[in-house]
Amino acid sequence: MQSLTVALLRSYVSVVAARFRVLLQYRAAALAGVATQIFWGCIKLMVLGAFYAVAVTTPPMTFTAIVAYVWLGQVLFGLLPSNHDPELQGLFTSGGVAYELLRPLDLYWFWFARTLAFRTAPTLSRMVPGIIFATLVLPLIGLPEWALPAPASVAHGLMFLLSFVVTVMLSCAITILITISMFWMIEGRGISTFMYGVVPVFSGMIVPLPLFPDWMQPFLYWQPFRGLCDVPFRIYSGDIPLAMASQEIMLQVMWTVILVLFGYGLIARARVRLVVQGG
Amino acid sequence: MIAAIQLFGRLMMIAIRGQMQYRGAFLFMVAGTFVTSMVQAIGIWALFDRFGNLGVWTVAHVAFLYGTINIVFASVDITARGFDTFGSSLIRTGQFDRFLLRPASIVILVAAREVALHKLGQLLQGIFVLTYALISLEIDWTLGRLALYVFAVSSMYAFFYAIQIVRATMSFWTIESLEILNTISHGGMEAAQYPMSIYKESFTNFFTYVIPLACVAYFPMVGVLDVPDPLGSTLFTQSLAPLAGYVFFAVCLSFWFFGVKNYQSTGS
Repeated sequence: MQSLTVALLRSYVSVVAARFRVLLQYRAAALAGVATQIFWGCIKLMVLGAFYAVAVTTPPMTFTAIVAYVWLGQVLFGLLPSNHDPELQGLFTSGGVAYELLRPLDLYWFWFARTLAFRTAPTLSRMVPGIIFATLVLPLIGLPEWALPAPASVAHGLMFLLSFVVTVMLSCAITILITISMFWMIEGRGISTFMYGVVPVFSGMIVPLPLFPDWMQPFLYWQPFRGLCDVPFRIYSGDIPLAMASQEIMLQVMWTVILVLFGYGLIARARVRLVVQGG
Repeated sequence: MIAAIQLFGRLMMIAIRGQMQYRGAFLFMVAGTFVTSMVQAIGIWALFDRFGNLGVWTVAHVAFLYGTINIVFASVDITARGFDTFGSSLIRTGQFDRFLLRPASIVILVAAREVALHKLGQLLQGIFVLTYALISLEIDWTLGRLALYVFAVSSMYAFFYAIQIVRATMSFWTIESLEILNTISHGGMEAAQYPMSIYKESFTNFFTYVIPLACVAYFPMVGVLDVPDPLGSTLFTQSLAPLAGYVFFAVCLSFWFFGVKNYQSTGS
């Protein structure tokens, strides 16, 4: 029994590894992506800096915390579940989804493994140059106030890593939901378009969530997308104190579990009433 | 010339009718781009709500910039789709060779090849925000201001269209790193939604003298809105600035013809 579990686990790991190698082929594209993200980060910092310069009341976050928030957001942008694996979409239009159902692996976790690679491989390859720029190059070119600061403390750093792992899982759980929606809607681009707009805003990628009006905060606090950026980034900068960090991570975990169960249930339902396209 | 315009119109109509075959998906996508642009605008509004005005720039002033730029950007996205997907759908597949054989202007054939109608959502959202700005600003629309606005909008269109042409031209050599152009197109649009005076000098200079984004957006709009400019432009320079958009377009178009001339097919 135990060896079976190990064998299963190993097959999921090899799915992740194989996809990783495919996705890391596009190096020039990755470099262009890094440059784009750096450029974007600079615009954001200049805009937020202009607002901070005219602030009449004390903003809810320090500018250092904003800088950390912006750069972490830029280097981890690819983790956001705003699109889906186009190859998986292809399976729906070509009818290849029937083969997927034949595999001796659980469909949900098989897709989860694929999605994990799809989400993390491009991001990890882009992360390193982005971080080097944000930590080392910016101070050298005379913009130390824009440089990505170190975590508030070692403990904050560790909590950030923990929270970050949950973020990746949460992101995969949401991405899979987009994929699963294609069981009902072949044109997956529709849902993707919505996610593309909604996710960056409600995760905090566009504007750090604490800067939104105070009356919106309770709503922003309880929605699942906050676990994608806001929670890990603010733990990193110490804007969320250590005492609160574990509670915040629990909330992230809760949303991840809920969305995984939801996706799992949807797949089970879809299998029953699936009509495969094509002859 | 007239025949060329007619051809362009006919090809466009065919592309539009093709898209309309999938009405459900089409409406869904329009709604999607509308919501997408709307939530992004909420981000800008949130910052003004939290911090107050950026000097003389109120949320209505920025809405005026934002609405105008989004309308233009969406129009370019809709009409320049043929250039946008040029590399992936014509160069990589070798289909471009067939286009070269056709007895019509290659620019028109490529431009009218495809229409991104779903961007209508962004266009509508831009109109929505611009309407809000016009109602709250109560601009005194003299003839001169109106003329400057039209001049600026048309050159803004030429500017963003030119970037799509460059994107297509670059795909004669590479189709991998085209994302870098998003910094000027999408990044430029993002940056131009705020007054240029808030940015670092080197950044503003780059977007004035190298890539004339400020010349087609910020400077003429300062003239229309009649607000003081910390960058020191006068009404005279503001009125001339949009010319740079046309010059930029001309330069990019000649780059395109250079690319076509040196094009070697992808193979058998």
